[in-house]
Order: sequence, then structure tokens, then C-alpha cells
Amino acid sequence: MAEISKEKLLHMHKLMLDIRNFDNKVNQMVKKGKVPGMTHFSVGEEAANVGAIAAISQGDFITSNHRGHGQSIAMEIDLNGMMAEIMGKANGTCKGKGGSMHIADLDNGNLGANGIVGGGMGMAIGAALTQKMKNTGKIVLCCFGDGACNEGTFHECVNLASIWKLPVIFYSINNKYGISTPISSVINIEYNYLRAASYGIPGYLIEDGNDLLQIYNKFEEIVKYVREGNGPVLIETLTYRWFGHSSSDPGKYRTKEEVDEWKKKDPILKFKAHLIESGIATEAELDEMDAKSKEGVEEAVKFAQSSPEPSLESAFEDIFVD
Amino acid sequence: MSNETKLMTVRDAIISAMSEEMRLDENVFLIGEDVGIFGGDFGTSVGMLEEFGKERVRDTPISENAISGAAIGAAMTGMRPIVDVTFMDFIVYMMDNIVNQAAKTRYMFGGKGQVPVVFRCAAGSGVGSAAQHSQSLESWFCHIPGLKVIAPGTPADVKGLLKAAVRDNNPVIFLEYKAQYNMKGEVPTDPNFVLPIGKADIKKEGKDVTVVTYGRMLERVLQAANEVAESDGVSVEVVDLRTLIPLDKEAVLESVKKTGRVLLVNDAYKTNGFIGEISAIISESDAFDYLDAPILRLAGEDVPIPYNHALETAMIPSVERIKKNILNLVNKR
Repeated sequence: MAEISKEKLLHMHKLMLDIRNFDNKVNQMVKKGKVPGMTHFSVGEEAANVGAIAAISQGDFITSNHRGHGQSIAMEIDLNGMMAEIMGKANGTCKGKGGSMHIADLDNGNLGANGIVGGGMGMAIGAALTQKMKNTGKIVLCCFGDGACNEGTFHECVNLASIWKLPVIFYSINNKYGISTPISSVINIEYNYLRAASYGIPGYLIEDGNDLLQIYNKFEEIVKYVREGNGPVLIETLTYRWFGHSSSDPGKYRTKEEVDEWKKKDPILKFKAHLIESGIATEAELDEMDAKSKEGVEEAVKFAQSSPEPSLESAFEDIFVD
Repeated sequence: MSNETKLMTVRDAIISAMSEEMRLDENVFLIGEDVGIFGGDFGTSVGMLEEFGKERVRDTPISENAISGAAIGAAMTGMRPIVDVTFMDFIVYMMDNIVNQAAKTRYMFGGKGQVPVVFRCAAGSGVGSAAQHSQSLESWFCHIPGLKVIAPGTPADVKGLLKAAVRDNNPVIFLEYKAQYNMKGEVPTDPNFVLPIGKADIKKEGKDVTVVTYGRMLERVLQAANEVAESDGVSVEVVDLRTLIPLDKEAVLESVKKTGRVLLVNDAYKTNGFIGEISAIISESDAFDYLDAPILRLAGEDVPIPYNHALETAMIPSVERIKKNILNLVNKR
């Protein structure tokens, strides 16, 4: 595998910090009743998001799911617009009409978070079909959770992509639970990636979804394979969401011990230690990066709070293209 | 634009509309089950594989969810897919993609992006295909903001509106009627012939009673209108909606104001059907003051479509029943 530049390593760390700090902040605001709607957090899953997305290129596409904050931030969305959207403001990413579950950045290849489990899969294969028909050399990264693999659309879309050799990576970010339901209780195999065999495509498991380099390196290899026109790949990684499913989760289905155990496997601390050990950055430099990231999030909050509410008339706009 | 026309079936009008648009725009392609060598379940793509090749006349697995999803994703990224849904009943497997994704994407994303995709559906009964292959499900889609719904009733309207649907930048549900693929009519041959979406057409002018209809029932309504003119001297105005969403309300209300009597006809199930909406629109408008008789609905019966030919036939409005309802309306004071 190719050497990763120092610049890239540090940038990936920054993106993970942005996800962590952004979602921690939104969570604090949720608890204070300052967020008007439903949110799902990516804290704990930073490496799984950043490692994969850092391996695709400008012009490639992603589809995301309800837990899309991490993917949008990894796609380098404007944090001010995203925070304003979560606050329902007029200058939010979606003019306050989409909220947390529909953050999108179409100009930058992010085809959007999606409130329907598995809802992005069709879009992903369709976007991949466009790339193939127009011979663009671009690929699509289709992100979803472990639970989405039990939707019928998963089977239909992976099958269609496999027979047409579409340039799409199906990426299951396995955080062990579909709301309260353990994935182990709803599939009769150990891992969803094993299903790749049913479609005659490669399937991979990245065991440590909290190890940024493991994710990135595997993805770099897979992105190359898919970009070369070999058809789709199904890849799964194991990680954990530190917070509840959504802002309204009492969390009774998992023990404090389990959550604490996973917090010890913090993807950011792990990568930070790597950066220090390998002499890429000092602890002080990385702490400063974290402080700057927090400042950026605070600025986003200020931007969101000082942003105007959408006009009532705007609710009636954007239904149809003229 | 030339005024030349040619006698064509609905089927040929569809093939001609799609082929013309595919010649004009390389982003347009046809996707669905058996659209290629088979030429479509209803023969609506015969010859297209030969002209456009298998990339653009794209056969799929029996996977309606993936077909619709792929079409939407392709549309969001610059293509203009036409989906051959085949039997409209199969659209239930596409519902999430159409209702939760295609219809809402632009709105949820704050006015960014577009989903130019057409879902061509073979609707209606009349060919002995029973309850799971005979439904006209347009009202489901009319209920969802963000979708356009078109249901033409002549070969010329089918061609002009299908071309308009392909050129439209929004998701469109396009109804064809499997009992009418062989129906013939004069169709303009000019490739620039395109009809406006959202514009009703007065298919027959009259002064005594208005009949509002669309799609398959147009043919029967026109026949009934001509027969009551001859037998009873009743002058019927026939308003062909052609497009359900967006709806040409003005055309309906204007005609109702003119005649003061209105019969609404469609072949879909009566309860919660689209003509109920038309009735409500008339009732809520100033046209209500012009009514000399209650608004009448004549629709499909609220039963799953039976297989037996006589039973199947009796489940949707016949020319005789349309005539009877027109005469009842005229005689009401």
C-alpha cells in the first residue's frame, strides 16, 4: 500500500475530531432542549466514517443513512450550514426543511442522509449506473448500518449491481444494534459481509472499525478494485455508537460495562497515539488541533443561532422543479 | 411544426415518443423487466433494442425495488430514465423509492437536485388478468406532494404527454391502459409535437352537462356523449383532464359553470378515488353556486377485479351506465 502523506494523516485526524466535537455539542444542545428535532449521532464511529471516505476521490459519490453526521463531515460539508440545518434555520444546508436526517451536499457528491433504512441503496446503484453509462471513472460509496442488510432492497440492489458490475462499494457500518435489537439476533450468519458470496462479489470484514488506518488501507485497495471496473464489493466493519440510537433512546438494551468497554477503544485516542508514536505530530499539536476543532464547532453554533428562521412561504417552495 | 398526422395505436405512439426522445437526448434510457428482446410485456418497446442497444434499453432482474431505486439514483446524477413498470400493480414494490425518495428528495434537500424519471404503468382491467394485474392506482400517487400524475386517453395525447413527461425535471407517474394499447387514432408525426403537462382538453363542447374524465374512460365517455346527443338531444361537454397532478382546475370549474351539471367518471375504485377530489374542488369553489343538480360520481366498484369476463366487465363504468347517469343528471331539477 502507498505511503500516506503526513498532511493526509493529520487531515483525517481533524475530520474525526470535527465529528466528535460536532456531535458532542449537538448532544449537549439536545439535552438542553435547544435542538428542535430528531438527531442520530456518530460519536464512536469516527474512524469507520473518515477512513472510508478519505479513500474515495473528488467527484465520487456517497449515499448515507439516518446516522449521517459523520459521513457528511467526513465529506467536508460546511459545518455552519449543517449546524444551522439541525437547528432548522433558513440558511441551513437544506433551508431548514430536511434536518439532521436529510443533510446532503449534492455539489460535492453527497447524495444525502436518508430517513428510510436502506433508502440510499437504490440511489447508490443508480448513481453508479450513471458513472458506468457515462464512463466517468467515478465510483459510489453506499453507507448503511448492520440493520439495513435485512431490508429487501439490500438484496435487490447488491444483486443488480453485481450483474451489471456497477462501480459501487456497499459499506455496512456494524455498530451491533438496530435501535435496541442486536444484529446477532436477527441474522443467522456471523456477519453480513458473508452475504457477498451469494452475489459472486468480494466481501470483506475490517475487524477493528475503530482503527482508522485499518479502514483507510483496506478501502484504498477496494476503491482501486471498484474503479477499475471489476464491479461492486461488500465490506463490513465493526464499531460502536457511544450514544443512544437517537436523542430519545433510554439505552436499556446494553449494559454500562459494554458501553465503557467500547469507549476504551476510542478511535480518536487510538489514532492520536499512533500520530505521536510515529513522530507525525506532538501531543501539544494534536491538542491544539482539537481546540481549533472545538472553536469551529462553537462558531457553527453561533452561526446557527444567529441565523434566521425560514419564512412560512418557504414551506411551499421546492416541491417541484419549474 | 408540420401538421401531418398518422393513424397509430397507443402502443406505437409510446414507442415513437420514447424513441424520438432517446434520439434527441442521450441521457434518456428505458429500464425495466423484458424491455429488450421481448419488446416489453405489452409490446411497448418493440424494435427499440435494435435501434438503441442494450445499454439504453436495459433489461433488469425481477427486482422492482432495485429498478426504481436505480432509476432515481441515475436521475439524480444526470440521466433521464423511463421505467417500464409493466403492470401498475407491481408498483407497490417501488413505493418507498417513489413516495419517500423521488417525491421528496428535492424538497428535503432545500431545493437542490432533481429527479427526472418517468414511471410508465400499464393500468386498468379488461384483459382477464384478475385482481393483482388490473388496478388503476393513480389516486395513491396524487396524494403525495412532489409527483406528477398523467393519464391520457388518446394515442395523440399519449405521445405528446409521454414526451413532455420525459422532458420534465420531476418524477412522473404515467398511466397507460392495457386494454387500450391497440386503440387507434391520428397522431402528429412532427418530433417537436409535445403537449403541456397540467392542461385539460375539452374533447367535446356542450351546454347541458359536463362529464369530467381521464385515461381509459375517455373513449367510453365520448361514445356515450355522442349517443345521448343522437337519442335524446342532450349536449354533453367532455372535459378530459389528461393530467391529474398538476390539475387544470380552471378547465373543470369553467365547464361546470357553463352547464350547471357534472358527472365524474373514472375506472379506479370509487372510495377515495381521484374523482372524489374533483367533486370536493367543485363543491369548495364558486362553481358550486352554478350547480342545478348534485355532483355525480361513476367509478370502478369497490371490489378486487374478478377474473370472469362478465364480472370483470361489470366492475367499471360501461357506455350504457355513463349514458344513464348523464340522462339522470339532465332530468334532475
